[in-house]
Amino acid sequence: MKVLVPSALRSYTESSQTEASGATLDEVLMDLDIQYPGIRFRIIDEQQKVRRHIRIFVNGVSAELLSQTMHANDDVVIVQALSGG
Amino acid sequence: MTTMLQVATRKGAWMFRADANRKTWAVDGPHFLGHIISHMVLDPRDKTTLLAATKTGHLGPTIFRSVDEGRTWNEAAQPPAFAKAPEGETGRAVDHTFWLTPAHGNEPDVWYAGTSPQGLFRSDDGGVTWTGFPSVNDDKQFREWMGSEKDGTPDGPKLHSITIDTRDPNHLYFGMSGGGVHESLDRGKTWRTLINGMEVPEGFGFDVTKPDFHDPHCLRMCPSNPDRIYQQNHSGIYRIDRPSDTWVRIGRNMPPAVGDIGFTMTVHPRDENTAWVFPMDGTQVWPRTSPDGKPAVYVTRNGGETWQRQDSGMPTQQAWWTVKRQAMCCDTHEAVGLYFGTTSGELWMSRDEGKNWECMARHLPEIYAIEALNL
Repeated sequence: MKVLVPSALRSYTESSQTEASGATLDEVLMDLDIQYPGIRFRIIDEQQKVRRHIRIFVNGVSAELLSQTMHANDDVVIVQALSGG
Repeated sequence: MTTMLQVATRKGAWMFRADANRKTWAVDGPHFLGHIISHMVLDPRDKTTLLAATKTGHLGPTIFRSVDEGRTWNEAAQPPAFAKAPEGETGRAVDHTFWLTPAHGNEPDVWYAGTSPQGLFRSDDGGVTWTGFPSVNDDKQFREWMGSEKDGTPDGPKLHSITIDTRDPNHLYFGMSGGGVHESLDRGKTWRTLINGMEVPEGFGFDVTKPDFHDPHCLRMCPSNPDRIYQQNHSGIYRIDRPSDTWVRIGRNMPPAVGDIGFTMTVHPRDENTAWVFPMDGTQVWPRTSPDGKPAVYVTRNGGETWQRQDSGMPTQQAWWTVKRQAMCCDTHEAVGLYFGTTSGELWMSRDEGKNWECMARHLPEIYAIEALNL
């Protein structure tokens, strides 16, 4: 599935868009980490929580659970939250 | 012999390389522009491995590593991270790695790291992978002493000042803001508190025997005498001479109008009686500025019995910056060079042990840490 990444993570992906797969959002992020080592920990903390200033949208809806079921044609967008001044 | 400064700031990292006389400095940076760099340290053992503790405003923390003077960087494969909490319990997440310490000279690839919230980690492979100390990070008593997010600095509670006895790699110290000073004689398997003699803020009924209420800001072991450690604390300046287990408040001898509150401290590389502090205003609402807007370093040449003001070259009024706990250090030249970085992004140096000061860089971001290494 298509994954859009924010500018802050392009040092990993070297592109604003990449592909990843998995049956759950957690697996998609794991797949991203295999392709781009280290990227997952910048997004998800060690307690498996999305970091405070990161949002993840699946098909335009904010994803709260990493266990969320995913489908091959889903669109994933990782966003730097608008938390600055 | 030349000197290289590693400067960590709120918006990136810089390196400054001196000529042999420390008259001119070549600037190298920014590295990691926009990243929050809490500490950057060039390993004094191999003079090659360079670690930088970073995060950004949005992304989680990590550690970058370079072995070519910062030309290329590789990310740690396993940065410091707490253990996953059991189901149903609330676990902690590392917000940022705050402190990096290369270990004993006999352990060439070992590093220690302190985090916010308070955690202690070790790497045995030069900073590529990091493992936590359950004896600290998961210990119920330590967790009680660490307190909550309210029990730390405005940027979060921190484990810092990881210090290794130069005679014994098993002998470790660290400080926690807040949470006291702690010591291990078995390389971190077990710990004991070291807070006797340290004072706590007055008037609140705080129990001085409990580490919870102690806030050491900076510990510095004397390279020339590892039995002597100086401490700048939230509640004064101290010295301990081991094997004594009691700190002595040597800051009582500072001028009363200046006081003995501050973040940072550094010690002479060859003289255990010489140390420098950078006092700040810790009155009323804790402005954390230079007292009265007149910055100065204070030096003791006799282990804290007396202190002398050193401000030649510094602004004489309306300078409201201060110096954070990792942002003052010295080199090892015959005439020791002193360096500090300010909260307003200025880098200051003295070539004559503090007698005269000059500003060597302006307009940097807020400076968090400086390390100096002679190459």
